[in-house]
Amino acid sequence: MSSTTHVLPLRVYFAIFFALLVLTGTTVAVAFVDLGPLNNVVALGIAACKATLVILYFMHVRYATRLTSLVIVSGVFWLAIMVGLTLADYATRGWLGVPGR
Amino acid sequence: MSPEAHSTAIGPRGVAAAHGSTEQGHTGAHPPRLAHHFDSYAQQRESASLGVWVFLVTEIMFFGGLFTAYILYRSKYPEAFIAGSHQLDVMLGTINTAVLICSSLTMAMAVRSAQLGRSKAIAGFLVATIVLGSVFLGIKATEYHHKWVEHLIPGHDFHLEIDHLPTHHGKPVASELPSGVVGESRADVPLPSAGPQDIQAHTQLFFFLYFGMTGLHAVHMIIGVGLLVWLIRPSLRGMFDGNNHNYVEGIGLYWHFVDIVWIFLFPLLYLVGRHG
Repeated sequence: MSSTTHVLPLRVYFAIFFALLVLTGTTVAVAFVDLGPLNNVVALGIAACKATLVILYFMHVRYATRLTSLVIVSGVFWLAIMVGLTLADYATRGWLGVPGR
Repeated sequence: MSPEAHSTAIGPRGVAAAHGSTEQGHTGAHPPRLAHHFDSYAQQRESASLGVWVFLVTEIMFFGGLFTAYILYRSKYPEAFIAGSHQLDVMLGTINTAVLICSSLTMAMAVRSAQLGRSKAIAGFLVATIVLGSVFLGIKATEYHHKWVEHLIPGHDFHLEIDHLPTHHGKPVASELPSGVVGESRADVPLPSAGPQDIQAHTQLFFFLYFGMTGLHAVHMIIGVGLLVWLIRPSLRGMFDGNNHNYVEGIGLYWHFVDIVWIFLFPLLYLVGRHG
Protein backbone atom coordinates (compact mmCIF):
# COMPACT_ATOMS: atom_id res chain seq x y z
CA MET A 1 0.00 0.00 0.00
CA SER A 2 1.36 3.40 -0.87
CA SER A 3 2.17 5.60 2.09
CA THR A 4 0.74 8.75 0.56
CA THR A 5 -2.83 9.19 -0.51
CA HIS A 6 -4.42 9.11 -3.93
CA VAL A 7 -4.75 12.68 -5.25
CA LEU A 8 -7.51 13.30 -7.77
CA PRO A 9 -6.74 15.54 -10.77
CA LEU A 10 -8.24 19.03 -10.71
CA ARG A 11 -10.46 18.41 -13.71
CA VAL A 12 -12.42 15.77 -11.73
CA TYR A 13 -13.34 18.32 -9.07
CA PHE A 14 -14.30 20.96 -11.62
CA ALA A 15 -16.35 18.50 -13.66
CA ILE A 16 -18.31 17.48 -10.54
CA PHE A 17 -18.74 21.11 -9.53
CA PHE A 18 -20.09 21.99 -12.97
CA ALA A 19 -22.42 18.98 -12.96
CA LEU A 20 -23.79 20.00 -9.55
CA LEU A 21 -24.55 23.52 -10.78
CA VAL A 22 -26.24 22.23 -13.94
CA LEU A 23 -28.34 19.80 -11.91
CA THR A 24 -29.36 22.63 -9.55
CA GLY A 25 -30.50 24.72 -12.52
CA THR A 26 -32.33 21.72 -13.94
CA THR A 27 -34.22 20.99 -10.74
CA VAL A 28 -35.37 24.63 -10.47
CA ALA A 29 -36.45 24.74 -14.12
CA VAL A 30 -38.30 21.43 -13.96
CA ALA A 31 -40.14 22.54 -10.82
CA PHE A 32 -42.02 25.14 -12.91
CA VAL A 33 -43.20 22.55 -15.43
CA ASP A 34 -46.29 20.55 -14.54
CA LEU A 35 -45.36 16.88 -14.65
CA GLY A 36 -48.00 15.77 -12.19
CA PRO A 37 -46.68 13.35 -9.58
CA LEU A 38 -43.48 13.05 -11.61
CA ASN A 39 -42.38 16.47 -10.28
CA ASN A 40 -41.55 14.90 -6.93
CA VAL A 41 -39.80 11.96 -8.55
CA VAL A 42 -37.64 14.25 -10.70
CA ALA A 43 -36.82 16.60 -7.80
CA LEU A 44 -35.77 13.76 -5.51
CA GLY A 45 -34.00 11.92 -8.33
CA ILE A 46 -31.87 14.97 -9.16
CA ALA A 47 -31.15 15.53 -5.46
CA ALA A 48 -30.07 11.89 -5.15
CA CYS A 49 -27.79 12.27 -8.20
CA LYS A 50 -26.20 15.38 -6.72
CA ALA A 51 -25.70 13.69 -3.35
CA THR A 52 -24.14 10.66 -5.06
CA LEU A 53 -21.69 12.85 -6.99
CA VAL A 54 -20.66 14.66 -3.80
CA ILE A 55 -20.24 11.38 -1.88
CA LEU A 56 -18.30 9.57 -4.60
CA TYR A 57 -15.89 12.35 -5.60
CA PHE A 58 -15.81 15.23 -3.12
CA MET A 59 -15.90 12.75 -0.24
CA HIS A 60 -13.61 10.29 -2.05
CA VAL A 61 -15.83 7.30 -1.32
CA ARG A 62 -15.24 5.91 -4.79
CA TYR A 63 -11.61 5.42 -3.79
CA ALA A 64 -12.29 4.36 -0.20
CA THR A 65 -12.37 0.81 1.13
CA ARG A 66 -15.47 -1.36 0.96
CA LEU A 67 -15.77 -1.12 4.73
CA THR A 68 -16.43 2.62 4.40
CA SER A 69 -18.98 1.99 1.64
CA LEU A 70 -20.68 -0.62 3.81
CA VAL A 71 -21.04 1.87 6.67
CA ILE A 72 -22.61 4.44 4.33
CA VAL A 73 -24.99 1.96 2.70
CA SER A 74 -26.03 0.70 6.13
CA GLY A 75 -26.81 4.29 7.15
CA VAL A 76 -29.09 4.76 4.15
CA PHE A 77 -30.62 1.34 4.79
CA TRP A 78 -31.51 2.22 8.38
CA LEU A 79 -32.95 5.53 7.22
CA ALA A 80 -35.16 3.58 4.79
CA ILE A 81 -36.31 1.38 7.69
CA MET A 82 -37.18 4.42 9.80
CA VAL A 83 -39.08 6.17 6.99
CA GLY A 84 -40.65 2.98 5.60
CA LEU A 85 -41.96 1.55 8.85
CA THR A 86 -43.22 4.92 10.10
CA LEU A 87 -45.14 5.53 6.88
CA ALA A 88 -46.43 1.95 6.87
CA ASP A 89 -47.88 2.63 10.32
CA TYR A 90 -49.57 5.91 9.39
CA ALA A 91 -50.78 4.65 6.03
CA THR A 92 -52.50 1.61 7.49
CA ARG A 93 -54.04 3.01 10.67
CA GLY A 94 -57.46 3.36 9.17
CA TRP A 95 -57.57 -0.14 7.74
CA LEU A 96 -58.91 -1.90 10.80
CA GLY A 97 -61.63 -0.64 13.09
CA VAL A 98 -61.00 -0.11 16.75
CA PRO A 99 -62.85 -2.69 18.91
CA GLY A 100 -65.53 -1.16 21.05
CA ARG A 101 -65.87 1.95 19.00
CA MET B 1 5.97 -4.08 22.23
CA SER B 2 7.21 -6.80 19.95
CA PRO B 3 6.66 -6.79 16.20
CA GLU B 4 4.52 -9.92 16.63
CA ALA B 5 2.18 -8.13 19.00
CA HIS B 6 1.97 -5.24 16.56
CA SER B 7 1.03 -7.47 13.66
CA THR B 8 -2.12 -8.62 15.44
CA ALA B 9 -3.58 -5.16 14.89
CA ILE B 10 -4.02 -5.57 11.20
CA GLY B 11 -6.33 -3.18 9.46
CA PRO B 12 -9.08 -4.11 7.02
CA ARG B 13 -6.60 -4.34 4.23
CA GLY B 14 -3.86 -6.04 6.20
CA VAL B 15 -1.48 -3.12 6.09
CA ALA B 16 0.82 -4.49 8.79
CA ALA B 17 3.46 -5.17 6.16
CA ALA B 18 3.82 -1.48 5.54
CA HIS B 19 5.80 -1.21 8.74
CA GLY B 20 8.74 -3.23 7.46
CA SER B 21 12.08 -2.77 9.10
CA THR B 22 11.20 0.58 10.65
CA GLU B 23 9.38 -1.19 13.47
CA GLN B 24 10.08 0.50 16.76
CA GLY B 25 9.65 -0.51 20.34
CA HIS B 26 7.10 1.15 22.57
CA THR B 27 9.67 3.53 23.96
CA GLY B 28 11.07 4.42 20.56
CA ALA B 29 10.09 7.40 18.46
CA HIS B 30 7.20 7.02 16.05
CA PRO B 31 7.18 8.46 12.57
CA PRO B 32 5.90 12.03 12.79
CA ARG B 33 2.15 12.20 13.44
CA LEU B 34 1.62 8.46 13.24
CA ALA B 35 -0.06 7.30 16.44
CA HIS B 36 1.62 4.18 17.76
CA HIS B 37 -1.54 2.08 17.68
CA PHE B 38 -1.61 2.35 13.89
CA ASP B 39 0.61 0.28 11.62
CA SER B 40 0.79 2.79 8.81
CA TYR B 41 -0.38 6.20 7.69
CA ALA B 42 -2.81 4.54 5.32
CA GLN B 43 -4.40 2.60 8.18
CA GLN B 44 -4.51 5.74 10.30
CA ARG B 45 -6.17 7.67 7.46
CA GLU B 46 -8.77 5.00 6.85
CA SER B 47 -9.60 4.72 10.54
CA ALA B 48 -10.07 8.48 10.76
CA SER B 49 -12.38 8.76 7.76
CA LEU B 50 -14.29 5.65 8.81
CA GLY B 51 -14.83 7.20 12.23
CA VAL B 52 -16.18 10.39 10.68
CA TRP B 53 -18.48 8.34 8.46
CA VAL B 54 -19.89 6.47 11.46
CA PHE B 55 -20.65 9.87 13.00
CA LEU B 56 -22.24 11.01 9.74
CA VAL B 57 -24.49 7.93 9.76
CA THR B 58 -25.85 9.09 13.13
CA GLU B 59 -26.36 12.49 11.48
CA ILE B 60 -28.33 10.84 8.67
CA MET B 61 -30.67 9.40 11.29
CA PHE B 62 -30.77 12.74 13.15
CA PHE B 63 -31.92 14.66 10.07
CA GLY B 64 -33.86 11.59 8.95
CA GLY B 65 -36.36 12.06 11.75
CA LEU B 66 -37.23 15.52 10.43
CA PHE B 67 -37.42 14.25 6.86
CA THR B 68 -39.80 11.51 8.04
CA ALA B 69 -42.02 14.12 9.70
CA TYR B 70 -41.89 16.16 6.50
CA ILE B 71 -42.97 13.23 4.29
CA LEU B 72 -45.75 12.34 6.69
CA TYR B 73 -47.30 15.80 6.94
CA ARG B 74 -46.77 16.68 3.32
CA SER B 75 -48.67 13.56 2.27
CA LYS B 76 -51.41 14.52 4.74
CA TYR B 77 -51.70 18.25 3.91
CA PRO B 78 -50.36 18.71 0.35
CA GLU B 79 -52.20 22.04 -0.23
CA ALA B 80 -50.76 23.61 2.92
CA PHE B 81 -47.26 22.57 1.90
CA ILE B 82 -47.75 24.13 -1.53
CA ALA B 83 -49.06 27.34 0.09
CA GLY B 84 -46.15 27.39 2.54
CA SER B 85 -43.55 26.70 -0.12
CA HIS B 86 -44.87 29.62 -2.16
CA GLN B 87 -43.99 31.94 0.71
CA LEU B 88 -40.32 31.08 0.26
CA ASP B 89 -38.05 32.87 -2.18
CA VAL B 90 -36.92 30.51 -4.93
CA MET B 91 -34.26 32.96 -6.10
CA LEU B 92 -32.58 33.21 -2.68
CA GLY B 93 -32.87 29.45 -2.23
CA THR B 94 -31.22 28.80 -5.60
CA ILE B 95 -28.44 31.30 -4.90
CA ASN B 96 -27.80 29.67 -1.54
CA THR B 97 -27.66 26.24 -3.17
CA ALA B 98 -25.05 27.51 -5.62
CA VAL B 99 -23.09 29.19 -2.81
CA LEU B 100 -23.02 25.94 -0.87
CA ILE B 101 -21.89 23.96 -3.92
CA CYS B 102 -19.08 26.50 -4.44
CA SER B 103 -18.11 26.07 -0.79
CA SER B 104 -18.00 22.30 -1.28
CA LEU B 105 -15.62 22.81 -4.20
CA THR B 106 -13.31 25.06 -2.16
CA MET B 107 -13.46 22.54 0.69
CA ALA B 108 -12.50 19.73 -1.68
CA MET B 109 -9.66 21.94 -2.94
CA ALA B 110 -8.50 22.49 0.66
CA VAL B 111 -8.38 18.72 1.19
CA ARG B 112 -6.50 18.27 -2.09
CA SER B 113 -4.00 20.97 -1.08
CA ALA B 114 -3.53 19.15 2.23
CA GLN B 115 -2.85 15.92 0.36
CA LEU B 116 -0.15 17.78 -1.57
CA GLY B 117 1.22 19.47 1.55
CA ARG B 118 0.66 23.01 0.28
CA SER B 119 0.16 24.88 3.54
CA LYS B 120 -0.75 28.29 2.19
CA ALA B 121 -3.15 26.86 -0.39
CA ILE B 122 -4.95 24.92 2.37
CA ALA B 123 -5.39 28.09 4.41
CA GLY B 124 -6.54 30.04 1.35
CA PHE B 125 -9.19 27.49 0.44
CA LEU B 126 -10.29 27.24 4.07
CA VAL B 127 -10.81 31.01 4.15
CA ALA B 128 -12.75 30.82 0.87
CA THR B 129 -14.94 28.08 2.34
CA ILE B 130 -15.50 30.11 5.50
CA VAL B 131 -16.50 33.16 3.44
CA LEU B 132 -18.93 31.14 1.29
CA GLY B 133 -20.38 29.46 4.37
CA SER B 134 -20.89 32.88 5.96
CA VAL B 135 -22.58 34.18 2.80
CA PHE B 136 -24.97 31.23 2.99
CA LEU B 137 -25.74 31.97 6.64
CA GLY B 138 -26.20 35.66 5.86
CA ILE B 139 -28.72 34.95 3.11
CA LYS B 140 -30.47 32.49 5.43
CA ALA B 141 -30.67 35.18 8.14
CA THR B 142 -32.18 37.59 5.60
CA GLU B 143 -34.80 35.01 4.72
CA TYR B 144 -35.58 34.43 8.40
CA HIS B 145 -36.01 38.16 8.84
CA HIS B 146 -38.47 38.28 5.93
CA LYS B 147 -40.47 35.53 7.60
CA TRP B 148 -40.49 37.46 10.86
CA VAL B 149 -41.80 40.59 9.17
CA GLU B 150 -44.42 38.59 7.31
CA HIS B 151 -45.79 36.89 10.46
CA LEU B 152 -44.67 33.49 9.29
CA ILE B 153 -42.94 32.44 12.52
CA PRO B 154 -44.95 29.44 13.78
CA GLY B 155 -46.31 29.83 17.28
CA HIS B 156 -45.73 33.57 17.25
CA ASP B 157 -48.48 35.67 15.70
CA PHE B 158 -48.56 33.35 12.71
CA HIS B 159 -50.77 34.55 9.93
CA LEU B 160 -50.58 33.42 6.35
CA GLU B 161 -51.96 36.11 4.08
CA ILE B 162 -53.04 34.45 0.91
CA ASP B 163 -55.00 36.14 -1.80
CA HIS B 164 -55.46 32.81 -3.45
CA LEU B 165 -54.67 29.20 -2.83
CA PRO B 166 -52.01 27.99 -5.19
CA THR B 167 -53.82 25.00 -6.53
CA HIS B 168 -53.71 23.14 -9.79
CA HIS B 169 -56.29 25.37 -11.42
CA GLY B 170 -55.41 28.95 -12.16
CA LYS B 171 -52.04 30.50 -12.93
CA PRO B 172 -51.63 33.49 -10.60
CA VAL B 173 -48.83 31.93 -8.53
CA ALA B 174 -46.34 31.50 -11.34
CA SER B 175 -47.03 34.91 -12.82
CA GLU B 176 -45.97 36.80 -9.72
CA LEU B 177 -42.76 34.91 -9.14
CA PRO B 178 -40.40 37.17 -11.10
CA SER B 179 -40.89 39.86 -8.48
CA GLY B 180 -38.57 37.74 -6.39
CA VAL B 181 -39.65 39.11 -3.07
CA VAL B 182 -41.73 36.87 -0.89
CA GLY B 183 -45.16 38.15 -0.03
CA GLU B 184 -44.76 41.37 -1.93
CA SER B 185 -47.81 40.63 -4.01
CA ARG B 186 -50.19 40.01 -1.19
CA ALA B 187 -53.60 41.60 -1.41
CA ASP B 188 -56.34 42.12 1.09
CA VAL B 189 -58.52 39.53 -0.48
CA PRO B 190 -60.45 37.24 1.87
CA LEU B 191 -59.16 33.76 2.38
CA PRO B 192 -60.49 31.03 0.12
CA SER B 193 -63.61 29.29 1.19
CA ALA B 194 -62.01 25.88 1.55
CA GLY B 195 -61.19 25.67 5.23
CA PRO B 196 -59.23 28.87 5.87
CA GLN B 197 -58.58 27.92 9.48
CA ASP B 198 -57.26 24.52 8.48
CA ILE B 199 -54.90 25.91 5.89
CA GLN B 200 -53.58 28.36 8.49
CA ALA B 201 -52.86 25.60 10.96
CA HIS B 202 -51.42 23.23 8.39
CA THR B 203 -49.22 25.89 6.78
CA GLN B 204 -47.96 26.70 10.25
CA LEU B 205 -46.94 23.06 10.42
CA PHE B 206 -44.97 23.53 7.21
CA PHE B 207 -43.16 26.46 8.77
CA PHE B 208 -42.41 24.47 11.92
CA LEU B 209 -40.65 21.98 9.67
CA TYR B 210 -39.04 24.74 7.58
CA PHE B 211 -37.49 26.41 10.61
CA GLY B 212 -36.68 23.11 12.28
CA MET B 213 -34.89 21.68 9.27
CA THR B 214 -33.14 24.82 7.99
CA GLY B 215 -32.37 25.84 11.57
CA LEU B 216 -30.72 22.52 12.39
CA HIS B 217 -28.87 22.76 9.08
CA ALA B 218 -27.73 26.30 9.92
CA VAL B 219 -26.47 25.14 13.33
CA HIS B 220 -24.39 22.53 11.51
CA MET B 221 -23.07 25.25 9.19
CA ILE B 222 -22.09 27.44 12.15
CA ILE B 223 -20.27 24.52 13.79
CA GLY B 224 -18.59 23.78 10.43
CA VAL B 225 -17.41 27.38 10.04
CA GLY B 226 -16.01 27.23 13.57
CA LEU B 227 -14.12 24.03 12.78
CA LEU B 228 -12.71 25.58 9.60
CA VAL B 229 -11.50 28.65 11.48
CA TRP B 230 -9.81 26.39 14.00
CA LEU B 231 -8.18 24.46 11.14
CA ILE B 232 -6.35 27.48 9.67
CA ARG B 233 -3.55 27.58 12.26
CA PRO B 234 -2.39 23.95 12.03
CA SER B 235 -2.58 24.28 8.24
CA LEU B 236 -0.21 27.26 8.21
CA ARG B 237 2.13 25.45 10.58
CA GLY B 238 2.64 22.82 7.90
CA MET B 239 0.98 20.06 9.88
CA PHE B 240 -0.63 18.39 6.88
CA ASP B 241 0.92 16.43 4.04
CA GLY B 242 0.26 13.36 1.93
CA ASN B 243 0.66 11.08 4.94
CA ASN B 244 -1.34 13.00 7.47
CA HIS B 245 -4.28 15.25 6.60
CA ASN B 246 -6.96 13.61 8.70
CA TYR B 247 -8.27 16.79 10.28
CA VAL B 248 -8.80 18.47 6.92
CA GLU B 249 -10.31 15.33 5.39
CA GLY B 250 -12.60 14.70 8.37
CA ILE B 251 -13.89 18.26 8.62
CA GLY B 252 -14.24 18.20 4.83
CA LEU B 253 -16.43 15.09 5.04
CA TYR B 254 -18.62 16.87 7.59
CA TRP B 255 -18.85 19.98 5.41
CA HIS B 256 -19.84 17.96 2.33
CA PHE B 257 -22.44 16.11 4.38
CA VAL B 258 -24.03 19.38 5.45
CA ASP B 259 -24.06 20.36 1.76
CA ILE B 260 -25.87 17.11 0.92
CA VAL B 261 -28.53 17.82 3.56
CA TRP B 262 -29.19 21.17 1.86
CA ILE B 263 -29.29 19.49 -1.56
CA PHE B 264 -32.37 17.61 -0.30
CA LEU B 265 -33.84 20.47 1.74
CA PHE B 266 -33.86 22.88 -1.20
CA PRO B 267 -36.32 21.07 -3.52
CA LEU B 268 -38.40 19.78 -0.60
CA LEU B 269 -38.95 23.23 0.93
CA TYR B 270 -38.65 25.73 -1.92
CA LEU B 271 -39.92 23.91 -4.99
CA VAL B 272 -43.20 22.35 -3.88
CA GLY B 273 -45.96 22.74 -6.45
CA ARG B 274 -44.32 25.67 -8.25
CA HIS B 275 -46.02 24.81 -11.52
CA GLY B 276 -49.68 25.50 -12.23
